[in-house]
Amino acid sequence: MHNPQLTKEGKLQHLLTTEGLPRAILNQILDTAESFVGVAEREVKKVPLLRGKTVCNIFFENSTRTRTTFEIAAKRLSADVITLNVSTSSQSKGETILDTVNNLTAMHADMFVVRHAESGAAHFIARHVAPHIHVINAGDGRHAHPTQGLLDVFTIRRYKPDMHNLRVAIIGDVLHSRVARSEIHALTTLGVPEVRVIAPKTLLPQHVEKLGVQVYHDMNEGLKDVDVVMMLRLQNERMNGALLPSAQEYFKCYGLTPEKLALAKPDAIVMHPGPMNRGVEIDSVVADGGQSVILPQVTYGIAVRMAVMSILAGNSE
Amino acid sequence: MNIHIKQGRLVDPKHNIDAIQDVFVSEGKIAGTGHAPDGFVADQVIDATGLVVCPGLVDVAVRLREPGNEYKASLKSELRAAVAGGVTSLACQPDTDPVLDESGLVEMLKHRTKQQQLSNVYPLGALTLQLAGKQITEMNELTDAGCVGFTQSDNSITDTQVLWRAMQYAATFGFTVWLRPQEPYLARDGVAHDGEVATRLGLKTIPVAAETLALATILHIASETGAKVHICRLSSAEGVAMVKEAKQKGLEVTCDVSANHLHLTEHDIGFFDTNCHLRPPLRTQRDRDALRQALLNGTIDLVCSNHSPVDEDAKLMPFGEAEAGATGLELLLPLTLKWANELNIPLLDALTRITIAPATTLGIAQGHLGLNASADICIFDPQQYWKIEPANLLSQGKNTPFSGMELAGKVRYTLVNGQVVYSS
Repeated sequence: MHNPQLTKEGKLQHLLTTEGLPRAILNQILDTAESFVGVAEREVKKVPLLRGKTVCNIFFENSTRTRTTFEIAAKRLSADVITLNVSTSSQSKGETILDTVNNLTAMHADMFVVRHAESGAAHFIARHVAPHIHVINAGDGRHAHPTQGLLDVFTIRRYKPDMHNLRVAIIGDVLHSRVARSEIHALTTLGVPEVRVIAPKTLLPQHVEKLGVQVYHDMNEGLKDVDVVMMLRLQNERMNGALLPSAQEYFKCYGLTPEKLALAKPDAIVMHPGPMNRGVEIDSVVADGGQSVILPQVTYGIAVRMAVMSILAGNSE
Repeated sequence: MNIHIKQGRLVDPKHNIDAIQDVFVSEGKIAGTGHAPDGFVADQVIDATGLVVCPGLVDVAVRLREPGNEYKASLKSELRAAVAGGVTSLACQPDTDPVLDESGLVEMLKHRTKQQQLSNVYPLGALTLQLAGKQITEMNELTDAGCVGFTQSDNSITDTQVLWRAMQYAATFGFTVWLRPQEPYLARDGVAHDGEVATRLGLKTIPVAAETLALATILHIASETGAKVHICRLSSAEGVAMVKEAKQKGLEVTCDVSANHLHLTEHDIGFFDTNCHLRPPLRTQRDRDALRQALLNGTIDLVCSNHSPVDEDAKLMPFGEAEAGATGLELLLPLTLKWANELNIPLLDALTRITIAPATTLGIAQGHLGLNASADICIFDPQQYWKIEPANLLSQGKNTPFSGMELAGKVRYTLVNGQVVYSS
């Protein structure tokens, strides 16, 4: 089947998911991101790679952090940036996704950064945009959040360069997590030999092992000797109900405490895609502790998004 | 009007005929096969050399969308599609707007479909008012108006006491209850099979247990109340096994499968292809293979199109938001032939499942070409491949998972009541 995010020549046309992306393209993004890390440390934090281009952030679902980092990334590349919170405007007036997208196309946007609550929304938009437009998925339902997955992998690579010799544990709500899916695909493609997911059965999708991961329900076992501890955010609405009895019980079983972290390798790093629920999935002592790389993740997020945008723009020339 | 259908391969499953025989039609009835009746003078001769002549197809699961959803389809468009697909009798679903839950609406529908002079339409009435699963409908009134059975369409009854009473009441009068087994809580918000593909794509799921739990309830109540039940649109191997067991125990139950589910699996969703957003969801290859085998060995009695035309805009959406359903009337024949070809099933056995078997389940007289039977005839070219694409479909619904594929089996003539209502 034709991979909808690649051009006929096998170059990146859209970034919709990390699944099925060739290792060479993943590495190209990560290597390019390396070169952008330095930009933020300069006095003039700008490069002219997207000068004259218009990047349009279309957020059908609310987000502050992802939207902001995409805006910063586009601006550092000298693009013009428009941000639309569609959830609060046209969708409530009955406009369809395609109407919105077509309108923005008519305004000569070059790149769409899209977030939507429904899985597959980014694929859908990519299938229907004009051929010169690039679509970047900034999160679609439970499906994918590829830039987040890539920035997590980028962070890991910075701290643990030997990807072929790593144990990574992803802990929490995998069922609803687009971040977890994107991380898993990126890690397995890059040759990480052991990716574990740790969660109660209510927070794991069917046949999750088919994604190439090992399944643990006991955090004490699952954390043993891992190099990377990736915590997932638990949405408030999932805390009390049929999936979980309470935030307290969740923290007791799956919250990351210093004691549990001690089971991992002594130099293990701790990651979280944010925003964190302190005391629900992670103890503040750990979140702010010496093994935490949660803030560097945010910094690298901008570099990775710059890398993706510049590669896409370069592929249309 | 006398029609002489010449030199065709007559396949009439009910009478176990598969031979080159002429068919003679007079005054809307079958006047004879093989030899012309005495004094027969043809007004029209149809040369059926190289073609199959069989009873008009009977489709038990069709959404005509009218009244209420004419932007999706109309009686005119869908009945034209029916005859283009060789379907001369069909049972339509009550999930229109308004719902077919009172006799006046059924009479109106019967009247309006008769006016079209195309396929015969046999409505399935709503089992409960508004399909809401609370109050049972006037089943005798509805039957007098023309309903041939009662169903909830895709709206499951959550209150098992209502389900029990509805089946008890139907059993009193010998009415057949048509139910699609789906436990609504387990299926809530789901759009895909609870398997590998949904896990990868992050789609909300409908587990097999939603089918088997509902099926267990329905079969149990059927056994207790003595209601005649038809199980609609089986989708899983486990469901097949349960129906098989129920039949072995002697329960009066029949069941069907949609033609889509004979061929497709969850993997056909690919990158969120909304044409594969169907109800019930497409499941695994193991499930599909079980359905194919069950149709062969008789656990599943018949195939239907589950014709559900959807307007273009309702499919131009992300998978989960897109409306479920696919057009099917024109694909019932080629998809059934495809199943038969792939399993090396004789044509006669294949056609059984779309002619006499559904007619028997509906309790209607059609589905065969015996002497004096209504001359509802489908004449098709089993070798002719045609491309499934919007321009080649008469249905107002253009969406199907088979879009772009070439399938064998093209209808050349369709006769209803001895009139040629379609030719190509």
